[in-house]
Amino acid sequence: MSSFWSAWIIVLTLPVLIGCFVLLRWNLTNYVGVPEDETTGHEVDGLEEVNNPLPKWWTYMFYATLIWSVFYLAAYPGLGNWPGFLNWTSSNQGIKSLAESRAAVEQAKADGRYVQLDAENATADAVYGPVFQQFAKRDVLDLAYDADALKIGQRLFLQNCALCHGSDARGQRGYPNLTDNDWLYGGSPDKIKETLLYGRRAAMPGWQAALGDQGIKEMTAYVLSLSGRAVNDQLASAGQAKFGLCAACHGADGKGSVAHNLPFGAPNLTNNIWLYGGSASAIEESLIHGRFGVMPAFKDTLGEDKVHILTAYVYRLSNPEDKR
Amino acid sequence: MSKNHHEKIEKSVGLLGIFTVIAISFGTLVQITPLMFMEETKQPIDGLTPYTALQMEGRDIFIREGCTNCHSQMIRPFRAEVERYGHYSVAGESVWEHPFLWGSKRTGPDLARVGERYSDDWHYAHLMDPRSVVPQSNMPGYPWLDRNLLDGKYTARKLEIFRGFGVPYTDEDIAGAADAVKGKTEMEALIAYLQSLGTALK
Repeated sequence: MSSFWSAWIIVLTLPVLIGCFVLLRWNLTNYVGVPEDETTGHEVDGLEEVNNPLPKWWTYMFYATLIWSVFYLAAYPGLGNWPGFLNWTSSNQGIKSLAESRAAVEQAKADGRYVQLDAENATADAVYGPVFQQFAKRDVLDLAYDADALKIGQRLFLQNCALCHGSDARGQRGYPNLTDNDWLYGGSPDKIKETLLYGRRAAMPGWQAALGDQGIKEMTAYVLSLSGRAVNDQLASAGQAKFGLCAACHGADGKGSVAHNLPFGAPNLTNNIWLYGGSASAIEESLIHGRFGVMPAFKDTLGEDKVHILTAYVYRLSNPEDKR
Repeated sequence: MSKNHHEKIEKSVGLLGIFTVIAISFGTLVQITPLMFMEETKQPIDGLTPYTALQMEGRDIFIREGCTNCHSQMIRPFRAEVERYGHYSVAGESVWEHPFLWGSKRTGPDLARVGERYSDDWHYAHLMDPRSVVPQSNMPGYPWLDRNLLDGKYTARKLEIFRGFGVPYTDEDIAGAADAVKGKTEMEALIAYLQSLGTALK
Protein backbone atom coordinates (compact mmCIF):
# COMPACT_ATOMS: atom_id res chain seq x y z
CA MET A 1 0.00 0.00 0.00
CA SER A 2 1.40 3.42 -0.90
CA SER A 3 2.10 5.81 1.95
CA PHE A 4 -0.67 8.08 0.67
CA TRP A 5 -3.39 5.45 1.12
CA SER A 6 -1.84 4.32 4.35
CA ALA A 7 -2.04 7.91 5.63
CA TRP A 8 -5.58 8.23 4.24
CA ILE A 9 -6.75 5.27 6.30
CA ILE A 10 -4.99 6.41 9.48
CA VAL A 11 -6.16 10.03 9.15
CA LEU A 12 -9.77 8.91 8.72
CA THR A 13 -9.83 6.09 11.25
CA LEU A 14 -8.28 7.67 14.33
CA PRO A 15 -10.41 10.89 14.29
CA VAL A 16 -13.53 8.74 13.89
CA LEU A 17 -12.60 6.83 17.05
CA ILE A 18 -11.93 10.07 18.88
CA GLY A 19 -15.15 11.50 17.41
CA CYS A 20 -17.13 8.55 18.75
CA PHE A 21 -15.68 9.16 22.20
CA VAL A 22 -16.50 12.89 22.07
CA LEU A 23 -20.01 12.16 20.80
CA LEU A 24 -20.62 9.77 23.66
CA ARG A 25 -19.38 12.27 26.27
CA TRP A 26 -21.51 14.97 24.68
CA ASN A 27 -24.61 12.81 24.85
CA LEU A 28 -23.95 11.99 28.48
CA THR A 29 -24.03 15.69 29.41
CA ASN A 30 -27.33 17.07 30.60
CA TYR A 31 -28.23 20.16 28.55
CA VAL A 32 -31.99 20.21 29.00
CA GLY A 33 -31.98 21.89 32.43
CA VAL A 34 -34.02 19.12 33.98
CA PRO A 35 -32.37 16.82 36.56
CA GLU A 36 -32.04 13.20 35.45
CA ASP A 37 -35.00 10.88 36.11
CA GLU A 38 -37.36 13.86 36.53
CA THR A 39 -40.18 14.90 34.24
CA THR A 40 -39.47 17.37 31.45
CA GLY A 41 -43.00 18.64 31.76
CA HIS A 42 -44.04 17.26 28.38
CA GLU A 43 -47.28 15.38 28.77
CA VAL A 44 -49.60 13.76 26.26
CA ASP A 45 -52.72 11.87 27.37
CA GLY A 46 -51.28 11.40 30.82
CA LEU A 47 -47.96 10.04 29.55
CA GLU A 48 -44.99 12.07 30.75
CA GLU A 49 -41.59 12.43 29.13
CA VAL A 50 -38.88 11.81 31.71
CA ASN A 51 -35.28 12.96 31.21
CA ASN A 52 -33.70 9.53 31.20
CA PRO A 53 -29.93 9.29 30.81
CA LEU A 54 -28.31 6.79 28.41
CA PRO A 55 -28.49 3.31 29.98
CA LYS A 56 -25.40 2.47 31.99
CA TRP A 57 -24.90 -1.01 30.42
CA TRP A 58 -25.06 0.55 26.94
CA THR A 59 -22.63 3.32 27.84
CA TYR A 60 -20.08 0.93 29.30
CA MET A 61 -20.36 -1.31 26.26
CA PHE A 62 -19.64 1.69 24.06
CA TYR A 63 -16.51 2.45 26.11
CA ALA A 64 -15.52 -1.22 25.88
CA THR A 65 -15.76 -1.24 22.08
CA LEU A 66 -13.62 1.91 21.93
CA ILE A 67 -10.96 0.34 24.12
CA TRP A 68 -11.16 -2.88 22.06
CA SER A 69 -10.73 -0.95 18.80
CA VAL A 70 -7.51 0.63 20.08
CA PHE A 71 -6.14 -2.79 21.05
CA TYR A 72 -7.36 -4.34 17.79
CA LEU A 73 -5.77 -1.71 15.54
CA ALA A 74 -2.52 -2.02 17.46
CA ALA A 75 -2.45 -5.83 17.37
CA TYR A 76 -3.77 -6.66 13.90
CA PRO A 77 -3.20 -5.22 10.42
CA GLY A 78 -5.80 -2.55 9.77
CA LEU A 79 -4.28 0.85 10.32
CA GLY A 80 -2.75 1.48 6.90
CA ASN A 81 0.64 -0.15 6.58
CA TRP A 82 0.94 -0.90 10.29
CA PRO A 83 1.24 -4.73 10.41
CA GLY A 84 0.12 -5.04 14.03
CA PHE A 85 2.34 -6.12 16.91
CA LEU A 86 1.10 -9.74 16.64
CA ASN A 87 2.49 -9.99 13.08
CA TRP A 88 -0.70 -11.84 12.07
CA THR A 89 -2.33 -12.07 8.63
CA SER A 90 -5.08 -14.33 7.34
CA SER A 91 -3.29 -15.15 4.08
CA ASN A 92 -0.44 -14.00 1.86
CA GLN A 93 -1.46 -11.02 -0.25
CA GLY A 94 -0.56 -9.64 -3.65
CA ILE A 95 -0.24 -13.11 -5.20
CA LYS A 96 0.29 -13.06 -8.98
CA SER A 97 1.01 -16.74 -9.66
CA LEU A 98 1.15 -20.11 -7.92
CA ALA A 99 4.94 -19.84 -7.81
CA GLU A 100 4.63 -16.49 -6.02
CA SER A 101 2.12 -17.98 -3.65
CA ARG A 102 4.51 -20.80 -2.72
CA ALA A 103 7.39 -18.32 -2.37
CA ALA A 104 5.24 -16.12 -0.11
CA VAL A 105 4.64 -19.04 2.24
CA GLU A 106 8.41 -19.57 2.58
CA GLN A 107 9.06 -15.82 2.92
CA ALA A 108 6.50 -15.47 5.71
CA LYS A 109 8.12 -18.39 7.52
CA ALA A 110 11.57 -16.80 7.15
CA ASP A 111 10.25 -13.44 8.40
CA GLY A 112 8.58 -15.05 11.39
CA ARG A 113 5.13 -13.74 10.43
CA TYR A 114 2.06 -15.71 11.45
CA VAL A 115 -0.12 -16.45 8.42
CA GLN A 116 -3.36 -18.11 9.52
CA LEU A 117 -3.92 -20.21 6.37
CA ASP A 118 -0.30 -21.35 6.20
CA ALA A 119 -0.47 -22.33 9.86
CA GLU A 120 -3.69 -24.30 9.24
CA ASN A 121 -2.06 -26.07 6.31
CA ALA A 122 1.09 -26.81 8.30
CA THR A 123 -0.98 -28.30 11.13
CA ALA A 124 -2.92 -30.43 8.66
CA ASP A 125 0.31 -31.61 7.03
CA ALA A 126 1.75 -32.50 10.42
CA VAL A 127 -1.36 -34.48 11.39
CA TYR A 128 -2.43 -36.09 8.10
CA GLY A 129 0.81 -35.94 6.09
CA PRO A 130 2.45 -38.93 7.83
CA VAL A 131 -0.76 -40.95 7.39
CA PHE A 132 -0.76 -40.42 3.62
CA GLN A 133 3.02 -40.89 3.43
CA GLN A 134 2.72 -44.29 5.11
CA PHE A 135 0.20 -45.34 2.48
CA ALA A 136 2.21 -43.76 -0.34
CA LYS A 137 5.19 -45.97 0.52
CA ARG A 138 3.17 -49.15 0.09
CA ASP A 139 2.36 -50.85 -3.18
CA VAL A 140 -1.02 -50.20 -4.81
CA LEU A 141 -1.67 -53.96 -4.93
CA ASP A 142 -1.11 -54.03 -1.17
CA LEU A 143 -3.36 -51.04 -0.44
CA ALA A 144 -6.15 -52.41 -2.64
CA TYR A 145 -6.82 -55.04 0.05
CA ASP A 146 -6.21 -52.84 3.09
CA ALA A 147 -9.42 -51.82 4.87
CA ASP A 148 -8.12 -48.45 6.08
CA ALA A 149 -6.74 -47.42 2.69
CA LEU A 150 -10.01 -48.40 1.04
CA LYS A 151 -11.97 -46.27 3.53
CA ILE A 152 -9.86 -43.23 2.61
CA GLY A 153 -10.09 -44.15 -1.06
CA GLN A 154 -13.85 -44.33 -0.89
CA ARG A 155 -14.13 -40.84 0.65
CA LEU A 156 -11.84 -39.47 -2.06
CA PHE A 157 -13.83 -41.27 -4.75
CA LEU A 158 -17.19 -39.99 -3.51
CA GLN A 159 -15.95 -36.42 -3.33
CA ASN A 160 -14.07 -36.28 -6.61
CA CYS A 161 -15.07 -39.10 -8.95
CA ALA A 162 -18.69 -39.93 -8.20
CA LEU A 163 -19.93 -36.85 -10.08
CA CYS A 164 -19.23 -38.63 -13.36
CA HIS A 165 -18.62 -42.29 -12.56
CA GLY A 166 -21.45 -42.52 -10.02
CA SER A 167 -21.20 -43.36 -6.32
CA ASP A 168 -21.27 -47.08 -7.20
CA ALA A 169 -18.52 -46.47 -9.82
CA ARG A 170 -20.59 -48.15 -12.51
CA GLY A 171 -20.43 -45.05 -14.68
CA GLN A 172 -23.11 -43.80 -17.02
CA ARG A 173 -23.43 -42.78 -20.64
CA GLY A 174 -20.11 -41.19 -21.61
CA TYR A 175 -18.41 -42.09 -18.32
CA PRO A 176 -16.85 -45.53 -18.06
CA ASN A 177 -17.93 -48.23 -15.66
CA LEU A 178 -14.95 -48.81 -13.36
CA THR A 179 -16.12 -52.14 -11.97
CA ASP A 180 -16.15 -54.29 -15.13
CA ASN A 181 -12.48 -54.76 -16.02
CA ASP A 182 -13.00 -53.26 -19.48
CA TRP A 183 -10.37 -50.53 -19.72
CA LEU A 184 -9.87 -47.73 -22.23
CA TYR A 185 -6.34 -46.86 -21.12
CA GLY A 186 -5.35 -49.98 -19.23
CA GLY A 187 -6.29 -51.34 -15.81
CA SER A 188 -2.88 -51.95 -14.28
CA PRO A 189 -2.13 -49.90 -11.16
CA ASP A 190 0.40 -47.83 -13.12
CA LYS A 191 -2.06 -47.03 -15.90
CA ILE A 192 -4.85 -46.15 -13.48
CA LYS A 193 -2.51 -43.85 -11.57
CA GLU A 194 -1.38 -42.22 -14.82
CA THR A 195 -5.02 -41.61 -15.78
CA LEU A 196 -5.78 -40.07 -12.38
CA LEU A 197 -2.68 -37.88 -12.25
CA TYR A 198 -2.67 -36.47 -15.75
CA GLY A 199 -6.20 -37.02 -17.03
CA ARG A 200 -7.17 -38.36 -20.44
CA ARG A 201 -8.48 -36.80 -23.60
CA ALA A 202 -10.16 -39.09 -26.10
CA ALA A 203 -10.54 -37.85 -29.65
CA MET A 204 -12.67 -39.90 -31.99
CA PRO A 205 -13.21 -37.77 -35.08
CA GLY A 206 -16.57 -37.57 -36.88
CA TRP A 207 -16.71 -39.64 -40.08
CA GLN A 208 -19.71 -38.10 -41.82
CA ALA A 209 -17.56 -36.32 -44.40
CA ALA A 210 -15.36 -39.33 -45.12
CA LEU A 211 -18.06 -42.02 -45.15
CA GLY A 212 -21.23 -40.25 -46.29
CA ASP A 213 -24.76 -41.30 -45.25
CA GLN A 214 -24.55 -44.75 -46.79
CA GLY A 215 -21.05 -45.32 -45.43
CA ILE A 216 -22.22 -44.48 -41.89
CA LYS A 217 -25.03 -47.06 -42.19
CA GLU A 218 -22.61 -49.72 -43.45
CA MET A 219 -20.07 -49.01 -40.75
CA THR A 220 -22.77 -49.07 -38.06
CA ALA A 221 -23.84 -52.50 -39.27
CA TYR A 222 -20.26 -53.78 -39.22
CA VAL A 223 -19.56 -52.37 -35.75
CA LEU A 224 -22.74 -54.03 -34.44
CA SER A 225 -21.70 -57.32 -36.03
CA LEU A 226 -18.36 -57.19 -34.20
CA SER A 227 -20.10 -57.91 -30.91
CA GLY A 228 -22.23 -60.62 -32.43
CA ARG A 229 -25.38 -58.64 -33.13
CA ALA A 230 -27.67 -59.70 -35.98
CA VAL A 231 -27.22 -57.27 -38.89
CA ASN A 232 -27.71 -57.02 -42.65
CA ASP A 233 -24.70 -58.97 -43.92
CA GLN A 234 -24.43 -56.97 -47.11
CA LEU A 235 -24.19 -53.66 -45.22
CA ALA A 236 -21.77 -55.17 -42.72
CA SER A 237 -19.38 -56.48 -45.35
CA ALA A 238 -19.44 -53.12 -47.11
CA GLY A 239 -18.57 -51.56 -43.76
CA GLN A 240 -15.80 -54.07 -43.15
CA ALA A 241 -14.16 -53.01 -46.40
CA LYS A 242 -13.79 -49.49 -44.99
CA PHE A 243 -12.82 -50.49 -41.44
CA GLY A 244 -9.21 -49.63 -42.21
CA LEU A 245 -10.16 -46.05 -41.24
CA CYS A 246 -11.04 -47.24 -37.75
CA ALA A 247 -8.29 -49.83 -37.38
CA ALA A 248 -5.63 -47.20 -36.68
CA CYS A 249 -7.08 -46.74 -33.20
CA HIS A 250 -9.48 -49.65 -32.61
CA GLY A 251 -7.17 -52.25 -34.19
CA ALA A 252 -7.91 -54.30 -37.29
CA ASP A 253 -9.83 -56.77 -35.13
CA GLY A 254 -11.76 -53.98 -33.41
CA LYS A 255 -10.55 -55.09 -30.00
CA GLY A 256 -9.59 -51.57 -28.99
CA SER A 257 -6.33 -49.77 -28.31
CA VAL A 258 -5.56 -51.41 -24.97
CA ALA A 259 -5.47 -54.85 -26.61
CA HIS A 260 -2.83 -53.51 -29.00
CA ASN A 261 -0.87 -51.55 -26.41
CA LEU A 262 -1.82 -48.24 -27.97
CA PRO A 263 -2.52 -45.11 -25.88
CA PHE A 264 -5.59 -43.78 -27.76
CA GLY A 265 -8.33 -44.89 -25.40
CA ALA A 266 -10.28 -46.39 -28.32
CA PRO A 267 -12.84 -48.83 -26.89
CA ASN A 268 -13.00 -52.52 -27.61
CA LEU A 269 -15.86 -52.87 -30.12
CA THR A 270 -16.26 -56.61 -29.80
CA ASN A 271 -17.35 -57.09 -26.17
CA ASN A 272 -20.80 -55.45 -26.26
CA ILE A 273 -19.79 -52.85 -23.64
CA TRP A 274 -20.77 -49.42 -24.91
CA LEU A 275 -19.54 -46.13 -23.52
CA TYR A 276 -22.06 -44.04 -25.46
CA GLY A 277 -24.82 -46.62 -25.92
CA GLY A 278 -24.97 -49.73 -28.08
CA SER A 279 -28.10 -49.02 -30.09
CA ALA A 280 -27.75 -48.56 -33.84
CA SER A 281 -28.70 -44.88 -33.50
CA ALA A 282 -26.17 -44.27 -30.70
CA ILE A 283 -23.41 -45.86 -32.77
CA GLU A 284 -24.46 -43.82 -35.79
CA GLU A 285 -24.26 -40.68 -33.66
CA SER A 286 -20.76 -41.63 -32.53
CA LEU A 287 -19.70 -42.19 -36.12
CA ILE A 288 -21.24 -38.98 -37.44
CA HIS A 289 -20.13 -36.53 -34.75
CA GLY A 290 -17.19 -38.30 -33.13
CA ARG A 291 -16.67 -38.59 -29.36
CA PHE A 292 -14.40 -36.51 -27.17
CA GLY A 293 -14.38 -37.96 -23.69
CA VAL A 294 -12.41 -36.00 -21.10
CA MET A 295 -11.03 -37.26 -17.83
CA PRO A 296 -9.70 -34.30 -15.77
CA ALA A 297 -6.25 -34.42 -14.18
CA PHE A 298 -6.12 -34.71 -10.39
CA LYS A 299 -2.40 -34.20 -9.77
CA ASP A 300 -2.78 -30.60 -8.63
CA THR A 301 -6.20 -31.02 -7.03
CA LEU A 302 -5.40 -34.00 -4.83
CA GLY A 303 -1.63 -34.42 -4.88
CA GLU A 304 0.25 -37.64 -5.59
CA ASP A 305 -0.16 -39.25 -2.18
CA LYS A 306 -3.94 -39.10 -2.28
CA VAL A 307 -3.99 -40.22 -5.92
CA HIS A 308 -1.94 -43.25 -4.84
CA ILE A 309 -4.66 -44.34 -2.41
CA LEU A 310 -7.38 -43.53 -4.94
CA THR A 311 -5.58 -45.74 -7.47
CA ALA A 312 -5.81 -48.64 -5.05
CA TYR A 313 -9.53 -48.01 -4.54
CA VAL A 314 -10.23 -47.91 -8.28
CA TYR A 315 -8.09 -51.00 -8.88
CA ARG A 316 -9.98 -52.90 -6.20
CA LEU A 317 -13.34 -52.09 -7.82
CA SER A 318 -12.72 -54.52 -10.66
CA ASN A 319 -10.34 -56.83 -8.77
CA PRO A 320 -12.29 -57.91 -5.69
CA GLU A 321 -10.11 -60.96 -5.11
CA ASP A 322 -6.58 -60.69 -3.76
CA LYS A 323 -4.66 -62.79 -6.28
CA ARG A 324 -1.17 -62.13 -4.94
CA MET B 1 -32.18 25.14 26.52
CA SER B 2 -30.00 27.13 24.19
CA LYS B 3 -27.06 24.74 24.66
CA ASN B 4 -29.11 21.71 23.63
CA HIS B 5 -27.88 21.45 20.00
CA HIS B 6 -28.81 17.81 19.87
CA GLU B 7 -32.46 18.80 19.91
CA LYS B 8 -32.05 20.24 16.41
CA ILE B 9 -31.07 16.83 15.01
CA GLU B 10 -33.76 15.06 17.00
CA LYS B 11 -36.45 17.30 15.59
CA SER B 12 -35.32 17.42 11.96
CA VAL B 13 -35.45 14.14 10.01
CA GLY B 14 -33.56 15.72 7.09
CA LEU B 15 -30.67 16.81 9.27
CA LEU B 16 -30.62 13.41 10.97
CA GLY B 17 -30.44 11.78 7.53
CA ILE B 18 -27.55 13.96 6.41
CA PHE B 19 -25.52 13.26 9.57
CA THR B 20 -26.29 9.53 9.27
CA VAL B 21 -24.93 9.49 5.71
CA ILE B 22 -21.80 11.37 6.81
CA ALA B 23 -21.26 8.94 9.68
CA ILE B 24 -21.64 5.89 7.42
CA SER B 25 -19.50 7.36 4.66
CA PHE B 26 -16.38 7.16 6.86
CA GLY B 27 -16.60 3.39 6.67
CA THR B 28 -16.83 3.52 2.87
CA LEU B 29 -13.96 5.96 2.58
CA VAL B 30 -11.68 3.82 4.71
CA GLN B 31 -12.70 0.34 3.54
CA ILE B 32 -13.56 0.75 -0.13
CA THR B 33 -11.99 3.86 -1.63
CA PRO B 34 -8.32 2.80 -1.24
CA LEU B 35 -9.05 -0.59 -2.87
CA MET B 36 -10.33 1.17 -5.99
CA PHE B 37 -7.12 3.12 -6.46
CA MET B 38 -4.34 1.06 -4.88
CA GLU B 39 -1.86 -0.36 -7.41
CA GLU B 40 -1.84 -3.76 -5.65
CA THR B 41 -5.52 -4.37 -6.32
CA LYS B 42 -5.47 -3.08 -9.91
CA GLN B 43 -2.78 -5.44 -11.30
CA PRO B 44 -3.95 -8.59 -13.09
CA ILE B 45 -2.29 -11.86 -12.10
CA ASP B 46 0.21 -13.47 -14.49
CA GLY B 47 -1.42 -15.08 -17.49
CA LEU B 48 -4.88 -13.59 -16.91
CA THR B 49 -6.71 -13.32 -20.25
CA PRO B 50 -9.85 -11.29 -20.94
CA TYR B 51 -13.03 -13.26 -21.62
CA THR B 52 -13.45 -14.27 -25.24
CA ALA B 53 -16.61 -13.01 -26.95
CA LEU B 54 -18.31 -16.36 -26.31
CA GLN B 55 -17.24 -16.45 -22.66
CA MET B 56 -18.47 -12.87 -22.21
CA GLU B 57 -21.93 -13.87 -23.51
CA GLY B 58 -21.80 -16.88 -21.20
CA ARG B 59 -21.04 -14.59 -18.29
CA ASP B 60 -24.14 -12.54 -19.05
CA ILE B 61 -26.23 -15.72 -19.18
CA PHE B 62 -24.73 -16.70 -15.82
CA ILE B 63 -25.97 -13.37 -14.47
CA ARG B 64 -29.35 -13.57 -16.24
CA GLU B 65 -30.16 -17.04 -14.94
CA GLY B 66 -29.32 -15.94 -11.40
CA CYS B 67 -26.50 -18.43 -10.89
CA THR B 68 -24.93 -16.05 -8.36
CA ASN B 69 -27.93 -16.56 -6.09
CA CYS B 70 -26.67 -20.04 -5.25
CA HIS B 71 -23.03 -20.09 -6.37
CA SER B 72 -20.25 -17.89 -5.02
CA GLN B 73 -17.04 -17.22 -6.94
CA MET B 74 -14.81 -16.47 -3.99
CA ILE B 75 -12.59 -19.06 -2.33
CA ARG B 76 -11.78 -17.75 1.12
CA PRO B 77 -8.34 -18.42 2.62
CA PHE B 78 -9.48 -21.25 4.91
CA ARG B 79 -8.00 -24.72 4.69
CA ALA B 80 -11.40 -26.36 4.27
CA GLU B 81 -12.11 -24.21 1.22
CA VAL B 82 -8.63 -24.37 -0.27
CA GLU B 83 -8.63 -28.18 -0.03
CA ARG B 84 -11.97 -28.43 -1.76
CA TYR B 85 -11.81 -25.69 -4.37
CA GLY B 86 -8.13 -24.87 -4.91
CA HIS B 87 -5.98 -21.78 -4.25
CA TYR B 88 -7.85 -18.98 -2.49
CA SER B 89 -9.12 -16.17 -4.73
CA VAL B 90 -6.78 -13.19 -5.10
CA ALA B 91 -7.45 -9.57 -6.03
CA GLY B 92 -5.58 -9.81 -9.34
CA GLU B 93 -8.11 -12.31 -10.67
CA SER B 94 -11.00 -9.87 -10.41
CA VAL B 95 -9.49 -6.75 -11.94
CA TRP B 96 -11.37 -7.24 -15.22
CA GLU B 97 -14.66 -8.25 -13.61
CA HIS B 98 -17.36 -5.60 -13.95
CA PRO B 99 -19.24 -6.25 -11.78
CA PHE B 100 -17.47 -9.05 -9.92
CA LEU B 101 -19.64 -12.10 -9.24
CA TRP B 102 -18.18 -13.10 -5.87
CA GLY B 103 -21.65 -13.74 -4.49
CA SER B 104 -22.45 -14.36 -0.85
CA LYS B 105 -24.65 -17.45 -0.89
CA ARG B 106 -23.59 -21.04 -1.35
CA THR B 107 -26.53 -23.32 -1.93
CA GLY B 108 -24.34 -24.99 -4.54
CA PRO B 109 -20.56 -25.17 -4.50
CA ASP B 110 -18.20 -22.28 -5.15
CA LEU B 111 -17.36 -21.90 -8.84
CA ALA B 112 -14.28 -19.66 -8.68
CA ARG B 113 -12.05 -22.49 -10.00
CA VAL B 114 -14.54 -24.79 -11.68
CA GLY B 115 -12.84 -24.23 -15.06
CA GLU B 116 -11.34 -27.42 -16.53
CA ARG B 117 -12.49 -29.37 -13.50
CA TYR B 118 -15.15 -31.27 -15.49
CA SER B 119 -15.51 -31.97 -19.19
CA ASP B 120 -17.72 -29.93 -21.51
CA ASP B 121 -19.95 -32.99 -21.92
CA TRP B 122 -20.36 -33.21 -18.18
CA HIS B 123 -21.43 -29.55 -17.97
CA TYR B 124 -23.87 -30.10 -20.80
CA ALA B 125 -25.47 -33.10 -19.11
CA HIS B 126 -25.45 -31.30 -15.75
CA LEU B 127 -27.05 -28.10 -17.05
CA MET B 128 -29.70 -29.99 -19.02
CA ASP B 129 -30.63 -32.18 -16.05
CA PRO B 130 -28.43 -31.89 -12.94
CA ARG B 131 -29.79 -35.10 -11.44
CA SER B 132 -28.60 -37.13 -14.40
CA VAL B 133 -25.04 -36.79 -13.07
CA VAL B 134 -25.51 -35.75 -9.42
CA PRO B 135 -28.53 -37.66 -8.05
CA GLN B 136 -28.79 -35.66 -4.81
CA SER B 137 -28.54 -32.24 -6.49
CA ASN B 138 -31.31 -29.68 -5.97
CA MET B 139 -30.15 -27.42 -8.80
CA PRO B 140 -32.78 -26.68 -11.45
CA GLY B 141 -32.19 -27.75 -15.05
CA TYR B 142 -31.62 -25.16 -17.77
CA PRO B 143 -32.65 -27.01 -20.95
CA TRP B 144 -33.73 -23.85 -22.79
CA LEU B 145 -30.12 -22.70 -22.97
CA ASP B 146 -29.59 -25.47 -25.53
CA ARG B 147 -32.39 -24.11 -27.72
CA ASN B 148 -31.66 -20.37 -27.55
CA LEU B 149 -29.24 -19.14 -30.18
CA LEU B 150 -27.01 -16.10 -29.75
CA ASP B 151 -27.35 -13.43 -32.43
CA GLY B 152 -24.28 -11.46 -31.37
CA LYS B 153 -26.15 -8.17 -31.67
CA TYR B 154 -24.61 -6.57 -28.59
CA THR B 155 -21.46 -8.67 -28.22
CA ALA B 156 -19.10 -6.14 -29.79
CA ARG B 157 -20.66 -3.35 -27.73
CA LYS B 158 -20.16 -5.35 -24.56
CA LEU B 159 -16.45 -5.84 -25.30
CA GLU B 160 -16.15 -2.14 -26.13
CA ILE B 161 -17.69 -1.16 -22.80
CA PHE B 162 -15.30 -3.49 -21.00
CA ARG B 163 -12.41 -1.96 -22.90
CA GLY B 164 -13.59 1.33 -21.45
CA PHE B 165 -13.17 -0.27 -18.01
CA GLY B 166 -9.54 -1.01 -18.87
CA VAL B 167 -9.84 -4.59 -20.12
CA PRO B 168 -7.25 -5.03 -22.91
CA TYR B 169 -9.48 -5.94 -25.85
CA THR B 170 -7.97 -5.30 -29.26
CA ASP B 171 -9.81 -3.80 -32.22
CA GLU B 172 -9.79 -7.26 -33.84
CA ASP B 173 -11.42 -8.79 -30.76
CA ILE B 174 -14.24 -6.29 -30.99
CA ALA B 175 -14.59 -6.49 -34.77
CA GLY B 176 -14.79 -10.30 -34.67
CA ALA B 177 -17.02 -10.50 -31.59
CA ALA B 178 -20.39 -10.84 -33.33
CA ASP B 179 -19.16 -13.54 -35.73
CA ALA B 180 -17.52 -15.41 -32.89
CA VAL B 181 -20.81 -15.99 -31.10
CA LYS B 182 -23.35 -15.96 -33.93
CA GLY B 183 -25.30 -19.22 -34.20
CA LYS B 184 -23.81 -20.64 -30.99
CA THR B 185 -26.25 -21.76 -28.34
CA GLU B 186 -26.48 -20.08 -24.96
CA MET B 187 -25.45 -23.46 -23.54
CA GLU B 188 -22.16 -23.36 -25.44
CA ALA B 189 -21.53 -19.82 -24.23
CA LEU B 190 -22.24 -20.66 -20.58
CA ILE B 191 -20.03 -23.76 -20.71
CA ALA B 192 -17.23 -21.75 -22.34
CA TYR B 193 -17.53 -19.22 -19.50
CA LEU B 194 -17.58 -21.87 -16.76
CA GLN B 195 -14.56 -23.64 -18.27
CA SER B 196 -12.56 -20.38 -18.08
CA LEU B 197 -13.20 -19.70 -14.40
CA GLY B 198 -10.12 -19.51 -12.21
CA THR B 199 -7.84 -21.23 -14.71
CA ALA B 200 -5.21 -18.47 -14.67
CA LEU B 201 -4.18 -19.43 -11.14
CA LYS B 202 -4.26 -23.20 -11.29
